[in-house]
Amino acid sequence: EFRRFSLERSKPGKFEEFYGLLQHVHKIPNVDVLVGYTDIHGDLLPINNDDNYHKAVSTANPLLRIFIQRKEDADYSAFGTDTMTRKKNVLSNVLRPDNHKKKPHIVISMPQDFRPVSSIIDVDILPETHRRVRLYKYGTDKPLGFYIRDGSSVRVTPHGLEKVPGIFISRLVPGGLAQSTGLLAVNDEVLEVNGIEVSGKSLDQVTDMMIANSRNLIITVRPANQRNNVVRHSRTSGSSGQSTESSLPSSTPNILGSLLPGEEESDEEDIIIEDSGEPQQIPRAAPSSESIESLSQIELLHEPSQNGFLPSSENLNHSAGSVSTEYEGPEPARKALEEDGTIITL
Amino acid sequence: QTVEHGFPHQPSALGYSPFLRLMAIGTRSGAIKLYGAPGVEFMGLHEENNTVMQIHFIPDQCQLVTLLDDNSLHLWSLKQHGGASELREEHRFTLKGPPGSPPSATQITAVLPHSSREVLYLGTESGNIFVVELPSFRVLEDRTITSEAVLQRIPEDNCNRRSCELVEALREHPKNPDQILIGYSRGLIVLWDLQNNKVTHHFLGSQQLENLYWQRDGSKFVSCHYDGSYSQWPVTSDNRQPEPLENTVPYGPFPCKAISKIYWQTTKNGLPYIIFQGGMPRASYGDRHSISVLHGSQQTAFDFTSRVIDFFIIFSSEPTAEFDDPSAMVVLAEEELVVIDLKTAGWPAVHPPYLASLHCSAITCSHHVSNIPLKLWERIISAGSKQNIHYSSMPWPIDGGTNIAPDPPQRDLLLTGHEDGTVRFWDASGVCLHLLYKLSTVRVFLTDADPNDNMNTLGEDEWPPLRKVGTFDPYSDDPRLGIQKIYLCKYSGYLAVAGTAGQVLVMELNDEDAEHVVDHSEADLLQDQEGYRWKGHEKLKTRDGPVRFEAGFQPFVLVQCQPPAVVTSLALHSEWKLVAFGTSHGFGLFDHQQKRLVFVKCTLHPSDQLALEGPLSRVKSLKKSLRQSFRRIRRSRVSSRKRRGGGGNASEVQEANAKFDQDTLQEMELAPVQRKIEARSAEDSFTGFVRTLYFADTFLRDSSRHCPSLWAGTNGGTVYAFCLRVPPAERRMDEPVRAEQAKEIQLMHRAPVVGILVLDGRSTPLPEPLEVAHDLSKSPDMQGSHQLLVVSEEQFKVFTLPKVSSKLKLKLTALEGCRVRKVTVANFGSCKTDDYSENDLAVLTNLGDIQIISLPFLKLQIRFPCIRKEDVSGIASCVFTKYGQGFYLISPSEFERFSLSTKWLVEPRCIVDMPEVTSNNHVHNTSGMENTARKSRGSGKNPGDYGEDERKSGRLMEHALLNDEKVLKEIQSTLEGGR
Repeated sequence: EFRRFSLERSKPGKFEEFYGLLQHVHKIPNVDVLVGYTDIHGDLLPINNDDNYHKAVSTANPLLRIFIQRKEDADYSAFGTDTMTRKKNVLSNVLRPDNHKKKPHIVISMPQDFRPVSSIIDVDILPETHRRVRLYKYGTDKPLGFYIRDGSSVRVTPHGLEKVPGIFISRLVPGGLAQSTGLLAVNDEVLEVNGIEVSGKSLDQVTDMMIANSRNLIITVRPANQRNNVVRHSRTSGSSGQSTESSLPSSTPNILGSLLPGEEESDEEDIIIEDSGEPQQIPRAAPSSESIESLSQIELLHEPSQNGFLPSSENLNHSAGSVSTEYEGPEPARKALEEDGTIITL
Repeated sequence: QTVEHGFPHQPSALGYSPFLRLMAIGTRSGAIKLYGAPGVEFMGLHEENNTVMQIHFIPDQCQLVTLLDDNSLHLWSLKQHGGASELREEHRFTLKGPPGSPPSATQITAVLPHSSREVLYLGTESGNIFVVELPSFRVLEDRTITSEAVLQRIPEDNCNRRSCELVEALREHPKNPDQILIGYSRGLIVLWDLQNNKVTHHFLGSQQLENLYWQRDGSKFVSCHYDGSYSQWPVTSDNRQPEPLENTVPYGPFPCKAISKIYWQTTKNGLPYIIFQGGMPRASYGDRHSISVLHGSQQTAFDFTSRVIDFFIIFSSEPTAEFDDPSAMVVLAEEELVVIDLKTAGWPAVHPPYLASLHCSAITCSHHVSNIPLKLWERIISAGSKQNIHYSSMPWPIDGGTNIAPDPPQRDLLLTGHEDGTVRFWDASGVCLHLLYKLSTVRVFLTDADPNDNMNTLGEDEWPPLRKVGTFDPYSDDPRLGIQKIYLCKYSGYLAVAGTAGQVLVMELNDEDAEHVVDHSEADLLQDQEGYRWKGHEKLKTRDGPVRFEAGFQPFVLVQCQPPAVVTSLALHSEWKLVAFGTSHGFGLFDHQQKRLVFVKCTLHPSDQLALEGPLSRVKSLKKSLRQSFRRIRRSRVSSRKRRGGGGNASEVQEANAKFDQDTLQEMELAPVQRKIEARSAEDSFTGFVRTLYFADTFLRDSSRHCPSLWAGTNGGTVYAFCLRVPPAERRMDEPVRAEQAKEIQLMHRAPVVGILVLDGRSTPLPEPLEVAHDLSKSPDMQGSHQLLVVSEEQFKVFTLPKVSSKLKLKLTALEGCRVRKVTVANFGSCKTDDYSENDLAVLTNLGDIQIISLPFLKLQIRFPCIRKEDVSGIASCVFTKYGQGFYLISPSEFERFSLSTKWLVEPRCIVDMPEVTSNNHVHNTSGMENTARKSRGSGKNPGDYGEDERKSGRLMEHALLNDEKVLKEIQSTLEGGR
């Protein structure tokens, strides 16, 4: 069945309302359904929360095509698949599932359980030889699962090649988060932990920093295998070999800092049990003007990397939906990246 | 870092200046420390960090020479600078032989600073004696005393070339500075005339020589030997090759160990004091570290607890005095300093005001209490004085220099807990860390060691007449007795002490001896858990019936934790009469007024097997085996002393050991060191380990009513808060204390909670119990809202109360990669104005840095490196005081003191003046005039005594005055004319 209806793009509302609307227009009030849409690349992506619902609405051009499947006979494998190779099959898969009945797919998980486990971030601002990987520990029971060691690496300095001590990944635990992402490998050199350079720090210090950040760990590495690097269109493929081994661009911490505070608050909310009642998350105290001032000073004092970034009170209060901030911030750099259609070869 | 307290680690050399009345101690790490009157101390460090082998003061000078094991000589001097004396290294020098000569040619074995103060005589392994000029260290080659020159005068049949190998001792004639006595290690002794450059006398000893000592009048000298004998030799003008007057083996007839040093001291009554080190019968007492004192029929062999490094005798240094009249013997043993009063019958020990052996039993914990009320201070001192009655009443004999440091501003106590179950109370107010009182918890328990089993009780006719001296005793009979936590309330005199086997004792100060029963109660911390079996040590057995306690802190309650795991945290609230304690299994609250357990809380994670088994059992057994092997080593250790022909073996072994260590080290380095990166989880081991306990009167439930509360923090990042109901004073004994859990906070980063603190409405930390009652603190602000500060190893977090919401945080580890090891609130006052002070957090991290973090805004104020990060035991031993000072162990026996506050500084500041022996007066021709000068100065009737600034010039004048009548008149006339 096909239905067409209109939504106000500027006020799409909540996913729950939208889901109710769909059930209403299709007159299937008690049927569990999966909702999907095709994005600009032609991928079939799920709509199951406010974030991806808003994202979907924002891609309407002006039409947004939505697919609704009954939950019990949904074909999960169709979601998120690589459009480049299977573009033509996507729609037919969804619309005529019988074609593939002979080859049953194993259900990995329900789409609503999808969560990011890792990502490569800041590709646009890092040298091609570096990779900034974010591991999302929360919500999974998987161990981070890696070990680090001391070692030495060779740097190019004005005085020629120089051997300097460094920290390296020494082991990946099979089945651990680090291994399963495929983004980290043994002998990758660790350059930064959550935006703080590790040079000059001891193995134990770096260990403590990583454990302290374990719920939202961002490590910048120089992969031992440099063949899988991001290749930018603006450069020739050989350019990665020429890139200097100098430290990261100074703008890096700035961007990182702007991403962090919002997320930081959400990543670890301590739990309180009052009078042997139910565990609850400890809320943030409504900041009085005094404490806001002091807080911002502290952040400045202890995160010199923030280079003048002053978290406004609005920014501090805005703790929910932190992940989306990554997409919301329409920084020119990120826009450029999207438009370039950077290819990540792995 | 301001001053070091305690006993130097690994002392290696001792020196004494009777002129300055200062003692110098050198260590194996190249440190040199000078001590005089209490408060007078200096420290120097040789750049090389080599072992100090010998220390010699230059006669009648503020200078000393040290010999290191790299054969270098160093000249140090005490100079006044900015109103106080300072110890500085002036010159260094290494004796060089002619090219191609073996290193032994210049290996220095004996040093003699000549009384002329112009030259040093250096005896070497080759037998040659070199002469160097002071202070330039220029070698005077034409004055070298070669072994050839010595041999010329000695009949050939008695001697050969080898007789002159290795100079063992050099001694200047006490009356004639032109004669020096040279002792070679093979037994030949010659008297050398410096004027004529020839041997005047020679003495043929049959035994290997150890040392020489001149008698006061220079008519005889004593030599001591490797076989445990000593000989007395006459020096007369008619006999050029005398035989010994006397040759004795004091502990013969069976083979004896060497006598390595000897004194022969004359007295008025004619009976000499013969004092010598070693000489014990090899077979039965070869392992004793002894010094024997013989005086007439009295003989005692002082038996020291560790190897004797060196000793000296304090005797009359008046050059004109006829007799030595020794007053005290000062012995530097490897682990302690012992001073024996030789004037008082029975030769009792003197209680040293400094250089205390902190480690006489290993230190297991420390606790500092600032600003002790005078009343409590006096009661502790009086309890301590009753323990010290066996000490001599002699004033401290090493009394050179003047302490000019201001009096300590307040009375501070440092309490150290020890492995043997004792707590020692130290006066930590000033530069001298002085033992006030020692408390033992052992009497409460039945231990394996029978108190009557004293190995050292020897019968009357026992030979040799050994007498144990010293307090160093590192061998604890039962490691379960070890003290782990101490809490003293300075206002009430209540003391809580907790130990390794889960024992918690509450004590009260009593000025009298008393015999009473210690109330005993058990706290089962696993009570609601089933099926666990504790595999660690058992609890200590208690004594039944009343126990006699000496005056001082007397226990009245024993709370025994079950399982008897080590107590990991302790808090005492003397106003509410409550004591809280925690182990790796949980925590409990005890009402010591009603002697009733209020509640227990199990914090153990059900799957945490490791904590259940008692990890310390394994550590303990390792420790036990270590202890046993130490005992073995100690028994078998041949008193290896200074380097000699046979000693080469020992150094070879040392070298081999060092090489082995290096090899294993390299091997270890080859194995890759890697660190696991994993988030903490609830299932980790020891999450239930209670790290901190805190009492607070605050708003726990609602903002209108405050109540007493108990807070506990665990290793797994959990904070528990219990609301307490303490009955009012008038019904305190009638109604029970009640407790109810009000809050439980789980920090999501799960790092161990190391500190909990409540800030009042003015953001000031709540005062200590009874502080307000004693008018020593403003009462806390109960109007505004309180805040809770939770310090974990990784983060500082401020929460609001009573509704817990997070307000502020400082993520230390995420930013800097360091973790919090110790944290305290410290009060920093201004030196300029008395009315300003602020409270901050003093934090010690695992990197050994100290950071000051402001309250309540958690801003980092300042950071300094303090302890090397490799020095784990130093970091673990650190205690902060309430006013921004701190202590940490730099060795098992020494505390380093540091100050973070400019207002509270405790550091030595002292002056060493040159006593007035003028440069052109020699010891032996001192005039009677000068003698009177000394006396007049001593009685304070010194005409030159004008005051602090003019003392020096005054003294010069005085000399002129007393030596020359004409000058005296001149000066007098000018003075009068000036007026």
